[in-house]
This record gives sequence, C-alpha cells and structure tokens, in this order.
Amino acid sequence: MFDFLDYATLKFIWWILVGALLMGFAIADGMDMGVGVLLPFVARADAERRIAINTVGPHWDGNQVWLITAGGAIFAAWPAVYAAAFSGFYMAMLLVLFALFFRPVGFDYRSKIDNDVWRSAWDWGLFVGGAVPALIFGVAFGNLLQGVPFHLDDMLRPHYQGSLLTALLPLLNPFARLAGAISLGMFTVHGGLWLQLRADDPVASRARKTVMALAPAVALLFLGAGVWLWFGVDGYRVISAPAHDALPNPLAKEVVRATHAWFDIYAAVPAAAAAPVAGVLGPLVAATLAFARRPGWGFVASALGMVGVIGSAGLSMFPFIMPSSLDPRSSLTIWDAPSSHLTLTVMLIATAIFLPIVLGYTIWCYANMWGRVTAKEIEAQSHSAY
Amino acid sequence: MIDPDFVELSRWQFAATALYHFLFVPLTLGLSWLLVIMETVYVMTGKEIYKDMTRFWGKLFGINFALGVTTGLTMEFEFGTNWSYYSHYVGDVFGAPLAIEGLMAFFLESTFIGLFFLGWEKLSKRKHLAVTFFTALGSNLSALWILVANGWMQNPVGAVFSPQTMRMEMQSFSQVFFNPVAQVKFVHTVAAGYVTGSMFVLGVSAWHILKGRDLPFMRRSFAVAVGFGLASCLSVIVLGDESGYTLGDVQKVKLAAIEAEWHTEPAPAAFTLFGLPSQEKQETEAKIQIPWMMGLIATRSLDKPVEGLRDLMVKHEQRIRSGMLAYDGLMKIRGGDASPETKALFDAHAKDIGYGLLLKQFTDNPAQASDEQVKAAVKTTIPTVWPLFWAFRVMVGMGFVMLFVFAAGFWLNAAKRLEQNRWMLWLAVLAIPAPWIACETGWLVAEFGRQPWAIGEVLPTFLATSSLTRADLVFSLACFLTFYTLLLVIEIFLMQKYARLGPSSLGLGRYHFETKHALYAD
Repeated sequence: MFDFLDYATLKFIWWILVGALLMGFAIADGMDMGVGVLLPFVARADAERRIAINTVGPHWDGNQVWLITAGGAIFAAWPAVYAAAFSGFYMAMLLVLFALFFRPVGFDYRSKIDNDVWRSAWDWGLFVGGAVPALIFGVAFGNLLQGVPFHLDDMLRPHYQGSLLTALLPLLNPFARLAGAISLGMFTVHGGLWLQLRADDPVASRARKTVMALAPAVALLFLGAGVWLWFGVDGYRVISAPAHDALPNPLAKEVVRATHAWFDIYAAVPAAAAAPVAGVLGPLVAATLAFARRPGWGFVASALGMVGVIGSAGLSMFPFIMPSSLDPRSSLTIWDAPSSHLTLTVMLIATAIFLPIVLGYTIWCYANMWGRVTAKEIEAQSHSAY
Repeated sequence: MIDPDFVELSRWQFAATALYHFLFVPLTLGLSWLLVIMETVYVMTGKEIYKDMTRFWGKLFGINFALGVTTGLTMEFEFGTNWSYYSHYVGDVFGAPLAIEGLMAFFLESTFIGLFFLGWEKLSKRKHLAVTFFTALGSNLSALWILVANGWMQNPVGAVFSPQTMRMEMQSFSQVFFNPVAQVKFVHTVAAGYVTGSMFVLGVSAWHILKGRDLPFMRRSFAVAVGFGLASCLSVIVLGDESGYTLGDVQKVKLAAIEAEWHTEPAPAAFTLFGLPSQEKQETEAKIQIPWMMGLIATRSLDKPVEGLRDLMVKHEQRIRSGMLAYDGLMKIRGGDASPETKALFDAHAKDIGYGLLLKQFTDNPAQASDEQVKAAVKTTIPTVWPLFWAFRVMVGMGFVMLFVFAAGFWLNAAKRLEQNRWMLWLAVLAIPAPWIACETGWLVAEFGRQPWAIGEVLPTFLATSSLTRADLVFSLACFLTFYTLLLVIEIFLMQKYARLGPSSLGLGRYHFETKHALYAD
C-alpha cells in the first residue's frame, strides 16, 4: 500500500521538498523579518512604526511556521542532518533562537503600554529578531559550502571539535560573513518591497529608496560569492557509494575534497544554471520595479531571486547536505541521511494533503486583510492594533 | 565515557524549558475554546457584550499566547541541539508527528491568530468566528500531535530497531498514531488545558465581581467559565491518565513508583495516601493506606494485581542480561559479520537492546559487563520514587480542589446566590494557581516517571544527549534562565495590569474605568 514510489525517488523528492520549505520560509518570513530590519530606519515616529508593524502584524506568525515546519521536516526526513547540524551549530542555533524570542512578544506587547522607552525597546527587539536569523542562516549556508568540522562514530553519533562556545568565531569566517550579508540583504529588500506595497507614506517611499540602493548590492554580492566559490572554496565529491536505494549508512561511502567540485552540477545539468541566473537577476529586476513604483511585481521578482539563491546553494552541493571537513566520509548526502522508506512516504502523503490547504487559507487571510495600512486606521483602532 | 554531570545539565535544561513552555500551553488550549463559545453566543444573539467578552479575554489570551510561541520555538530546536543522538536514533518515528504538527496544526493556529486580534474591522461576524474557531482547533491539534510523539516515548509501538541504520525505524504509522498511551494522554492533557482556561476566567471574573465592577460582563464570563470548567474538570478526573498505566513496562514502573509500591500486593491493591518512600531500603515508611483504592484506579478491576518495583526489577535484570547478547550481536553485525548465526542471535534478543545500552554508563562494552555492573544497571531501571509519589498526590489534590470550586460555583451561580457568598468568589480567586500546579506536577509524573528512558525500553536518557561540553550547557542554561525570567516578569506585569483593567482596556468608552473614574487609574 505504501510503496508506490521507490526509495531512491522518495529520497530525491524530499531533497526538493525540504528545499521548497526553506524557500517558502524565505519568501514568507523573510518578508516580515525584512520589515523588522528596516523598522528603526524607514519609520521614525511611533505612528510610522505602527504602520510598518501592522503591515505584517496579522501574518508574521503564520509565516514563521515555514521555518518551524522546515525544522520539523528535516527532523522527520533527514534525522541525521537534524542531529548533526542543530547540535554542531549549537551556539549559532541558540543565537537564532534568542533573537526569535523577541518577535512574538515584540509584536504583541509593544502597543500594550503607551511609553516611548517601552515601545522603542521592542522596536529594537523586532530588529534583532529579523536581522540575526537572516544573517545566521546565510552564515550557516556559507559554512555548509566550506564543510563542517564533525565526524560520526561507529554508532553514528555526531562529534565535533572542542567546545562549541569557542567554535562560534570560526563559523564567522570571511566567506560565511559574505553569505550572511547576502541573506540579510535579500530579506531586507524583500521586506522593503512589502512596505512599499502595503504601508502609507512616508514609510513606503523611504522603503522604496532603500530597495533601489540595496537590491543591486545584493545581486553584486551574490555574483561575488560565486566567483569566490570558484577560486577560493574547495567542494566535495562522492567517489564511491552504495546504490541510491540502499539503507542509509553515511559511513559506507568515499568522499574527496576537490577544487571546483561545487560546479560539477552545472556541467552535468546545464539547466541548473537557471538558479544562479535567477539569483542575480531577481534583485536587479526587483530594484527596477521598485523604481517604476510597481512593488507588487517587484516582490515577486525578489521572491524569485531568493528561490534562485537558495536553489544555487542546494544545487551546488548536490548530493551533499552537510559535507564534513574533518572526515569527508561522514558527510551527509541526500542518499544516506534520510529516514526510512515508510516515513518518507507517510510524510509525503501528509505534505501532499496539507500543503495545498495551508496555501489556500494563507491566501484567504492575506486577501481579507489586504489594503494599505494608514495612520488614520491605526488611530481608529489604537487599542487593538499592534 | 558518559559524563553524569553533563547528562544532568542536559536534563535540567530540557526540564526547565519544557516546564516553562507548559506554563502557557494549557491556558491557550482552554481559553481558545472559551473564546469560541463567547463569540458564538455573540454571532447567534447579536449582543455586543459577548463581542466585548471575546475581545477582552482575547487580549489576555494574546499576552499568554506570545510566550507560548516564544517558548515553543525552543522545544522545536532543542531535540536537535541538545538531544542529537536521540534525534538520530528515533527521528524516523518521532520526527514524523512533529513535522505533521507543523503542517496540520501550527500553520492553522498561527495563520489565523493574527486575524483574530487584528481582523475585527475587516472581517464579517461569521468570518471572524471562523478565524477564532480555526485558531482553537489548530492549538488543540498541535496538542494531539505532540502527544502522539510523547506517547511513543512512553510506549514505543509500531517501530523496530535496525542494526544496519543503527536506529529505530517505523513499521506502522497507524500503530504510532493510535498508540493507546498517546490517545489517553491527549484527552487528559487537553481537558487539563480546558480546566486551566476556565479557572483563569473564573478567578479573574470573581475578582471583578468582588470589586463590584462591570458586573453584567463579569457575571456572564463567570457563568461560561464555571460550566465549561465543571465539565472539563470531571473529564480530567474520570478520563485520567491512570487507564494508560497497565500498558508497557515503563507505564507499570511509573505506576508502582507513583504508589511507592515496592512489593506486588495481592489484588485489589491499597492506595497509599501518605508515606515516606526510601530508595535505599526499597521500602515505604509511615504509610497511611486506603484499602482497594489503587487496584480500582489502576486496573479498573478487583482481581488484577499491581506489580511492585522489586518484582519489576527482577524482570529488568533478565532483560539486561538478554540485552548484553543483543549488544554483542549488534557489534558483530556492524563489524561486517553477515552470518545467519549472528543474525539469529541478534534477532532473538533484539527487543532487549535498549536494556543492554543501559550498561553503557558503566562500561564501554556492555557485552562483557560484570555482575556488579549488571546489578548497578538494574538499580537504574526505576526512577527516584519520592518526587513521583508526591507530585502525583499534589496533582490529584489540586484536581479535587478545583472540582469543588467548579461544582460549588456552578451550584451557587445556578441558584443565583453567588454574590451573597463572597467566600465562593474569594475561593475562585485563590484557586487561580491550582491548574498550573496540577499541570506542572502532572508533567513531572509523566516525564520523570519515564526515567531512566528517553524512549521507553529503547534508548536510555544518558545516551540520548548531544556531544557537547559542560561549558556549552552551563552557558545555554544561564541564557535560558535569564531570558525566561525576564520574559516571565514582563508577561505577568502585563497580564495582571490588563486583568485588573478589565474590559475598560478595550477603549470602548462604556466600561468601569472609562465611565466612573479616569482611564488607567487603580
């Protein structure tokens, strides 16, 4: 009953699905995190800040579930990755977590006390809650591309070097910082376009100017990261491995570090180059549309750009999910990190049923709350608005 | 080798963050349905006061919900960050309900919650009611899936250990979902949440009635809460967790520990009302017992015995010895031995591999464990008895206190004698902490009672940790304590401020502080 798809196909589908969830997270939650990042800069007086906050007020929590579900999906579909990555990046994960703490309380508590210090404190909380995760997720991808110093023992328990307290600094190496800047930049651009679309002036016009300045920089940084990856970052390559439909055992393969290995996929499947092209063009088109006062389409362009950037990272590493710099054999790939055939099947069925429903009511919610948020409206609902 | 202090720190962090999260969850579970009830009355009758009730209690709901989300994030991350071997070892089974919880429940609850707060002007009456309903449904479905996951930790059905992948693998999703322990837990936990929501509304309304403020508003709130609360409280007690205790060894050990029953008593067993359990002597001193009671509660019969801890430990020793053989077979298989004899050896003892792993805290090679090491391991197969014994009694005691409050409140309210009986109103105010005490001690009974297992009879807790250092844990635990204390202070400050302000906080111009006194006085 539950074997209508063979194991190897399911493993491949789950690579696509986890990628799709991460892209969904960037498109949905990237928007309100970007608004958080821009909040202190494009909105000054309290009335302006409330306009900016209320453009995402009804939706940020639902958007954040993309992140939570992506985490849950990684747990269920790639338990080995969830185990090694979440604990191996311990300090980075805690940093993200503590930053995210500021969001639920920031949104809900900010307007509950009418006091400048109180409100300004939560504004910075929302800034941290947007900026830090955006930055760290990029840093994490930057580190995945360079390989992570972990190994698996014979009971498949992940180990790392030394205390993770001190491992935070090497995580913030120059290439990872560049990757962090890209993700922070693209979330900010995305949030800026949303503000241009949904906020009243002067917030909208300030957001527009920010997008016009920042989006081309994001495209340039992404291009720069590609060049750096070619000249300065070694990739990993699988030399021999069990069949794709074998029971997952990461230690049964041979892996080497190799120059330019992260570009293998583009030679093997030229169509894959669509991802980096979208990653460069997306922000450029978004900037142009912001300039032309078409923020709705600009938002779509920015979303496609993020799909391109995340897709590029995923495709370049294929089939790796988490290469190990310490013991390349311990690297986790889409073929040897997944859960069992049955679990992948059950999860696929659940996703096929619920994801369309989720998308349906999410659209319903956005449609019902649509419209430009104005100062007048906030004033009228002063006791209930965020 | 295992560092016991590091394991302790990991456990403390998990317990602290889970208990803290569980301060907010039960109120969300119950208050969300009370909001649905109030708003339904509004939509059906068109009376504005019910809309105001939904909005005011909704405001308090929001203050609580924000911290529920905040602390829930920690839980989602923590299995991976702090229990990475657990994540690897059981992610195949445990991860699925968690991911489905995200897809089915978190999305539902979180997508609609924003519209609950901010959609009053933009949505029609019916649409808004639908939004409130889906928020409540989402939060309750979330409880269902997390308890399916948790039920599997207590009674791991529908899965089998695979030596090739070195982890548990799912055999039957329906067995995992319809796990009787999970189902019982779900009913018990959500009903406890409904009691929490009701007690909260009851207490706050009673306080306002005592002060003579916004009486029509608060009387109605009291009436809704007392009815829902009485029904829920009866459900918690009648459909209590106890019926799950006959299933699986972990539940049996838990039951014996709760009762501090060291020796198997002839059926029907007596209930120990008071006692001083001694782990060392394996006896309970100064017992005061009620005959027959426990046999009835635990087995729902007069003829089935409740097994005592000493007898359970005799069985555990046999299983540890069988687990040594399983471990031996496992190591041979992982070393490349594909002979049918090794496979047969492993298969014969595979169900005891978890017991073999218990020896890992005493020796690196459980297959060669000495008799002393086996004896030491047997002692660790039961949890420390006294915290369970007392936590259970506190939980049940609180349950009966609340049952009295709801029943008396219901009676006096129906007889229209509530306001003459001010003791009743004071009692409702004083009982506000009771559901939280019951929920937290209940969590302790369920999870501390599962020890020494992370996954019952499958994976010992000490093996389930991440390969972090003590310094990592001290640092993160300190951060959690700081953040959480700060957030709790802010939350309680806002909660009591708005609870005292009452519906005047809605700024509608028709409630107590807006008509008689200056706004924000008191």
